[in-house]
Parts: sequence; structure tokens; C-alpha cells
Amino acid sequence: MSLVISTISLGLLWSVLALGVYITFRVLNIADLSVEGTFPLGAAVAAALIDKGAAPLAAVAAAAAAGMIGGALTGLMHTKLKIPALLAGILTMIGLYSVNLRVMGKANISLLGMDTMYSRMEEMGLSKEVAVLAAGVLVVAVIAALMYWFFGTEVGMSIRATGQNPQMIRAQGVNTHHTILLGLILGNALVAISGALIAQNNGFADVGMGIGTIVIGLASVIIGEVLFGARSFKNSLIAVVLGSIVYRAVIAAVLKLGMSPNDLKLLTAVLVALALSLPLMKEKILAAKGGGANAAR
Amino acid sequence: MLRVEKVSKTFYKGTVNEKVALDNVSVQLAPGDFVTVIGGNGAGKSTLLNAVAGVYPVDGGEGRIYIDGRDVTKMAEHQRARYIGRVFQDPMLGTAAGMMLRENLALAARRGKRLGLKWGLPAGETAFYKERLRALDLGLEERLDAKVGLLSGGQRQAVTLLMAVLQRPPLLLLDEHTAALDPKTAEKVLQLTEQIVSENNLTTLMITHNMRDAIAMGNRLIMMEEGKMIIDLAGEDKKNLTVARLLEAFEQVSHKSFTQDTALLSK
Ligand SMILES: Nc1ncnc2c1ncn2[C@@H]1O[C@H](COP(=O)(O)OP(=O)(O)OP(=O)(O)O)[C@@H](O)[C@H]1O
Ligand SMILES: [Mg+2]
Repeated sequence: MSLVISTISLGLLWSVLALGVYITFRVLNIADLSVEGTFPLGAAVAAALIDKGAAPLAAVAAAAAAGMIGGALTGLMHTKLKIPALLAGILTMIGLYSVNLRVMGKANISLLGMDTMYSRMEEMGLSKEVAVLAAGVLVVAVIAALMYWFFGTEVGMSIRATGQNPQMIRAQGVNTHHTILLGLILGNALVAISGALIAQNNGFADVGMGIGTIVIGLASVIIGEVLFGARSFKNSLIAVVLGSIVYRAVIAAVLKLGMSPNDLKLLTAVLVALALSLPLMKEKILAAKGGGANAAR
Repeated sequence: MLRVEKVSKTFYKGTVNEKVALDNVSVQLAPGDFVTVIGGNGAGKSTLLNAVAGVYPVDGGEGRIYIDGRDVTKMAEHQRARYIGRVFQDPMLGTAAGMMLRENLALAARRGKRLGLKWGLPAGETAFYKERLRALDLGLEERLDAKVGLLSGGQRQAVTLLMAVLQRPPLLLLDEHTAALDPKTAEKVLQLTEQIVSENNLTTLMITHNMRDAIAMGNRLIMMEEGKMIIDLAGEDKKNLTVARLLEAFEQVSHKSFTQDTALLSK
């Protein structure tokens, strides 16, 4: 029972990362690797502040702000300096590695025994387990609701259109530099928030905790879309959150079956590679049967 | 309404691939002018429209572009968009496929306006969109919530055309907007074009590869070759124009014989 609850809780905390990746990868149509730097950045900022006695919520807010700056750097390099998005993200990621070490002053900070978001809720009489679950539900509900609202506004609509067809939206008078920048800022804010939440749950922030986060985010997005559909924006948001929980369940299951934790990243990478090639493979199989869209060409 | 003065555009300037796509072009359109533009492949037609739309900057120097009296030469593409409605050759380019028809129209209805955090799809606008879609006579008024990617190429071009004129722009630019459609659909979209342009009295530049369409439509015809305007017919000359007369005029001004360069134009 407790494994189920902790899996769901972890899935929720990580789903904030997945929602951030959804903004860059699906809405903006950019594979943004800054995530690998902004996730530990969020963790580092939150941990360093909590270590200095800051209120946990304020620490999370500061983490979000730091994530925004990270996303803005990638966005500015991509739009103003015309550096390809993938490379701009890698530069941010690498640069942030040093920044994260500076922020923490060392390779990791332990939060054991300190005041975290969850310990604050425990003081209200909840068990640690329920506290994390409640915090996860609350945070994800607020973020998903805000995203649903924002991407339905005029500005949000123009960001979605930018990811789909930048030429079209420029012809409608929108500065795509601004929309891309804004999307990267928002996506990385969520990623950093996720880092801050995870660090408090783990009881530490570590400079290496960003490795593979982009793949975890992609896995959650894709698993969610495959299992729960992407008919509408609202549907996609729910699917991504559920996808993150399913991903955590898969991890918990294979660990339980005796897989070495060291092999998890390989498993995730293979999963994402398979999922990303799914559309192509479907087409190939259909074509082999003589009914595919490309078969006639 | 549109004034292009001594505009040149050179691609890959200073390299072995240097290409003068527009060579000191000047042209002026009066309000309500409907100009058809023809010319062989690579003549510079698209470059002219793209230069006006601000897709890329034109060569520095004395070249100037004015829309509605405003100097837009230095304006970015998105800043000029408020003055210009555009339809592209590729039906995929004019709309966002994964967004609803309603959302595409809402974005077009806000072209050039300051976007804010207001809800993008106010219920009050539905009636307006329906009315405008009904005028297209394609049954699209019932499909406001359909993703545009589900529409046919012809329907998407009709929608793009509607989006382009939703705010009655000072200038409408059409770049072979029916070239990717089957003949019947192309016919229908051309009809809609004539109807919309004349109803709104829009100043229009329309590129076409079809000489008959170029002759039949509009009140003025321009032929381009090697980055220059070599023929510009208006008024009675344009009204009485036939394919034979156009070919004759072409052979007079061009150093090439018709078949060599312009055979790609379909009569
Ligand atoms: N973005 C670009 N980069 C480099 N060269 C370009 C670009 N756009 C056009 N050209 C070149 O400029 C010349 C004019 O091209 P343009 O597209 O204006 O021709 P066009 O008259 O529209 O021809 P078509 O009928 O084939 O569409 C061509 O030689 C083309 O190769
Ligand atoms: Mg062209």
C-alpha cells in the first residue's frame, strides 16, 4: 500500500517536470535540453535557501524564478543569436552545471531534519506519506489549471500556434521570438519547481540529479499520450500527469522484479526511443500490408 | 496603397551563388487595384511579395516600400502583418493544423492587435465566424471545433483566404494560392478570391502561373522576368488582353523567345 502511495506521490512531483517538457516539446515543438540544467538548478536553489533557513514555499518560488532565467537564456540564444534550439539547450545545461555548484557551494546539500514543504504539512498532523501525496495533488492541480487557463488566452493561443506553424503566426502579426522565449521560460519554471519538490522529498539536492531528466519528461509525455490520448489540450494535460505516474509505476515494478537501479536510465532511453519511433513503425507495418499512406507512392 | 520604390533583393550577396532576385523594381498600386503577376520560374515574383511582406529585408540603399502611405521598409514581418493579408502556395502554411478552425480565425481576428491574457475564444465571436464561413459556401460554419488539419487542401486555402481578409487589410498578397489544388477546387478558390476582393474592394497582388487566370482576373497585369517588371498593362489594354496579344507583347520586350523561358506558364 505504501509503495502504491509513494509511487503516485513521486509520479505527481515528477509530473510537474513532465508538464514543463510538454510545453517545450509538444506546444513549442522544441527538444529543449536546458531541462537537464534547470531541474537541478531548481533543486539547488531551493536546498540552498532552505539550508539558510528560508521558508520552503519561498524557496520553491525562488527555484521557479531561477528556472525562468535558465529558460530565458536558452530562448535568447535560440531567437536572438540564431543558435539551433538543441544546441542552445545544451549550452544552458552545461553552463548551469557550474552555476549549480556555485549555488550550493558543494556537490550536494542534505535537507535531513530541515523544514521542508512536507515537514510543514506533517506538523498539521499528516503522516509524511500523506503529506507528500497531498502536496503533489495540490501543486499539480494548481499548475494544470493555470496551464489550461493560460494556453486558452490570446497569448497562450499564439504560443501554441508558434509551435505548429511559425510562418502562419508571424503572418498574423505575432513576434515569434517573444512566443518562443515565453514558452521556454514557462516550461523551465515548471521543471525547476519539480526539481525543488523532488529535492525536498529526497532530503537532498545533488549536482548530478539532472542527468536523464529530459528523457524522463519525454517518457512521461509519450506514455501519457499513448495510453490516455491527446484529443484536446485539457485531455493532454491530464494524460501527461497520468503518464508520469505510470512511468514511476513501471520503474517501481522493474526494481521490485530485481532490476539494478543502475540499469534504469538505459531502460528509460530504450522506452523513449521505441515510443518515438512508434508512428514510423506503424506506417511501415501498414505499408507492408499494402494499406499504408505511403504505400501508393 | 502600395508603393515599391527602387527595391532590389540579392541572395547570397558577395558569394559565387550571388543571385539578384529583384532588380531595382518600382511599382505603385492604387486603392482597389487587383494586379495579377505572371512570369517564368525564378522571375522574382515570390521575392517581390516576400519583400513587401517583410519575410526578409531588401538590399540596403534607396529602396523603399510604403503601404497606405507608411514606410514599412524597416519593419519586421510581424509588424507589417497588420497591414497585409497573405495566402501562400502551400495550403499547409496558412493555418495551424493542430488547432481548431475557431482558434485559427480568432488569431486572424486579432492580427496586429496587442494580445493579452483575455480568453482567446469569447463565445460572442462565434456568430461572426459562422457568418463569414457561410459566405464561403463550403459548409465550414458547422465545423468550427474541427482541427484545421482535418480539412481538405481547398478548404484550408479558403480558410486562409478568409483569415487574410477577416480584418479587411489595406493589402492582400496571394502567391500562387491555387497551384497546389486540383483544377476544380482551384476554380472554386479563384471564384471566392474574386468575390472577396470585389466585395471588400481590396488592393491585391496575385501571382499565378496560369495565363488565362491572369488575363481574366483583376484590372492590371504585370509580367516579371529576371527580377524586373517587363510588362505592365492596365485599363483598356488589360481589358482587351488575350493570350495571343500577351505573347506578342512578351516577345517584343523580352530578349528570349516565348517557348524558351515561359513555356512553364500554362495557357
Ligand atoms: N530564400 C531564398 N534564398 C536564396 N535564393 C532565393 C530565395 N528565394 C528566391 N531565391 C532565388 O531568387 C530567384 C527568384 O525566385 P522567386 O522565388 O522570386 O521566383 P518566382 O518568380 O516566384 O518563381 P516560381 O514561379 O518558380 O515560384 C530564384 O533564382 C531563386 O532561386
Ligand atoms: Mg514563386
